[in-house]
Amino acid sequence: MADPTEAPTVRRIPAPAINVESKPFWDAAEQGKFLIKRCKACGQAHWYPRALCPHCFSAETVWEESPGEGVIYTYSVMHRNTPVPYAIAYVNLDEGPAVLTNIIDYDAATLNIGQRVKVKWSPTEGGPPVFTFAPI
Amino acid sequence: MSIKGKAYIAGVYEHPTRDAPDISTPQIHAESAKGALEDAGLTKDDIDGYFCAGDAPGFGAMSMADYMGLKLRHMDSTDTGGSSYILHVGHAAQAIAQGKCSVALVTLAGRPRQNRGGGGGGRGGPPGGSDVPEAGFENIWGGSTHNTYGMCAMRHMYEYGTTSEQLAWIKVAASHHAQWNEHAMLRDVVTVEEVLASPMIADPLHRMDCCVVTDGGGAVIVTTPEIAKSLKRPLVKIIGAGEAPKGPRGGLNLDLTSSGAIWSGPIAFEEAGVTPQDIKYASIYDSFTITVLMQLEDLGFCKKGEGGKFVADGNLISGIGKLPFNTDGGGLCNNHPTNRGGITKVIEAVRQARGEAHPKVQVPDHGLVLAHGTGGSLGTRHGAATLIMEAE
Repeated sequence: MADPTEAPTVRRIPAPAINVESKPFWDAAEQGKFLIKRCKACGQAHWYPRALCPHCFSAETVWEESPGEGVIYTYSVMHRNTPVPYAIAYVNLDEGPAVLTNIIDYDAATLNIGQRVKVKWSPTEGGPPVFTFAPI
Repeated sequence: MSIKGKAYIAGVYEHPTRDAPDISTPQIHAESAKGALEDAGLTKDDIDGYFCAGDAPGFGAMSMADYMGLKLRHMDSTDTGGSSYILHVGHAAQAIAQGKCSVALVTLAGRPRQNRGGGGGGRGGPPGGSDVPEAGFENIWGGSTHNTYGMCAMRHMYEYGTTSEQLAWIKVAASHHAQWNEHAMLRDVVTVEEVLASPMIADPLHRMDCCVVTDGGGAVIVTTPEIAKSLKRPLVKIIGAGEAPKGPRGGLNLDLTSSGAIWSGPIAFEEAGVTPQDIKYASIYDSFTITVLMQLEDLGFCKKGEGGKFVADGNLISGIGKLPFNTDGGGLCNNHPTNRGGITKVIEAVRQARGEAHPKVQVPDHGLVLAHGTGGSLGTRHGAATLIMEAE
């Protein structure tokens, strides 16, 4: 793992754009809760959260708290135009959907597809915390 | 061909809201779509064509298609302001008459009363901003074309053993072509080793895996057979076209190793009545080397996962390989005007079909050519388009 005395390995994250549809997610984020949406009609979870299910188009979607655990589906460490390299990634949640995110607190030597990760909130510039993921 | 009697209106729905502080613009689009489907007695999965204008948040039709989980083979985001939706019905009728789709959805939605300053102008609210449904969840991660395509390449390497050396061959082939193009941004022939030695931009893509950034432009004129035959230029006939958006659509079974070409390609080949093996020249969108590799697989020039082997050892170089590609040098070396490379793909394919490419790169048996492109990002949501043309 990274030495905490080293330079920061996390880039500054802008505040997320929030609208009336996504506000419950970000309100929960302030409480440290990671919510996903599940459809009561077809039973499937989806990401990003929507009012209507993107699988079956039912309006019966409900918020569900997720442990925020999954595996890295793919990633790419960005080296260009950034003060610190950062890893963008998709994480396949245990509930099924893939989530676009940043991996933080990773060891560059072991960062890999299939690695198990868990949500770890990161501060933003003037907004709610966001759902970065860190290796378990 | 006239549209007269070729298409019917099956369902309509007027959203009841007149003041919508509690629902988003994408939600009003989707609820309206749902209402029209219920009126028609159809389901979301029946829709294969989607029409929207500038009120639809996001990039053309792609964000809303992904929000609603639509699988499409036809889309149109022509914007003529408030009249767009009438025009869209006309365009939908044309598409249906031509067999390009069978159930077309047209949506409009907006919340001008919720915008600070009010106004309620004719544009139905600003596209972009927090109305773009994925924005809050995706635009915070420092995503760019480089690292989202980097994620595709990383997964492709993981699943299929594709290597950076194989990707580099795509750039090498483009550079071999660009040396003959006096307008090309980069005219130096490069080697695999030079590509691998160029700085890492976004793992696993090096700088030479990336296209150039250029100013520029282009234009295309399409006409009737009669007018074309009255002119003095070689005849290039359009014989097939396909299109499709692709995105996570809710995130289940995410597949970043294939593009919308898996759908747009077969539609175009079927219409043209030809197969990938018949194509003598291909313009393949090359925003990055991985873009080319994935699209070649998806179009059927080789099997999924075998793109690395297919592009290696100069197989894309005119006069050497089996499938000459981007003989102008492509986006990797020649030109990527305003970061939109589709039109230059059509233009070089037309040069080849006419027999007017540079003599050093002209394909001798050039009767059947293909142009294919991806817009947006393969790593998030994108639109694919395939065009097949034939010299006559």
